[in-house]
Amino acid sequence: MGSALLCITRKNPIACALWLVVTLFSLAALFVLLDAQFIAVLQVLVYAGAIMVLFLFVIMLLNLGRPGPTDIKGPLGLGLAVVLGGTMLLLLRPLSQTVLPAGIQIPPGTIAAIQQQRGMVGAVATPLFDAYLVPFEIASVLLLAAIVGAVVLAKRKL
Amino acid sequence: MLLSPALAISAVLFTLGVAGVLLRRNAIVIFMCVELMLNAVNLTFVALAQNVGLGGQVFVFFVMAVAAAEAAVGLAIILAVYRHKQSVSLQNMNLLRDG
Repeated sequence: MGSALLCITRKNPIACALWLVVTLFSLAALFVLLDAQFIAVLQVLVYAGAIMVLFLFVIMLLNLGRPGPTDIKGPLGLGLAVVLGGTMLLLLRPLSQTVLPAGIQIPPGTIAAIQQQRGMVGAVATPLFDAYLVPFEIASVLLLAAIVGAVVLAKRKL
Repeated sequence: MLLSPALAISAVLFTLGVAGVLLRRNAIVIFMCVELMLNAVNLTFVALAQNVGLGGQVFVFFVMAVAAAEAAVGLAIILAVYRHKQSVSLQNMNLLRDG
């Protein structure tokens, strides 16, 4: 959380990106604590690896690392951010009193049993290729469209 | 109780992401804040997957795929705008404003 706060307050975009990497690694550690080891590995590979390299590459390609005037908005923007953030955190109070409906809850230990039975990767892969097969294929089409779109946008002349 | 510590952390991270988007003018930093928000939602999914089933962890995959696609296209747009304007500050992006 502290690293996330530093991430949004640093003036230099590169320092900002490196603090975001620290945040992503802490999130990966939290995923491990929540019995999602495979997701944690993916988090480090995809976010901290691929996406942050992309960000740093663009920052350095555009030569934005040099110190310049701050881009943080004035007191009006700060006040707006503090008010909206405080409101969102206030909304947590009623949420902390609600409980999950019993109908959708699974008995504790079910996930651990599935992971024991199929392995860490298999526990996530089996529903991915079984119940969620159509969204999986749609995601592949989305990624293809993103690749083509990124190349078309970034190319100087077609 | 629904509000486990992980969900609280996720809410705070999401709030920080929103604050960052509201506070900064650098387009790349705003993109990083959007990534922070997506990660907060991922944390919610994983935390609730413990109680509701593995569907949450599968959904994190799709969020990651969408985030990767969004980052690639968004950074390409930033590159194109930078080439046009020589700046990534959102103050200078008033292309669609009339007059």
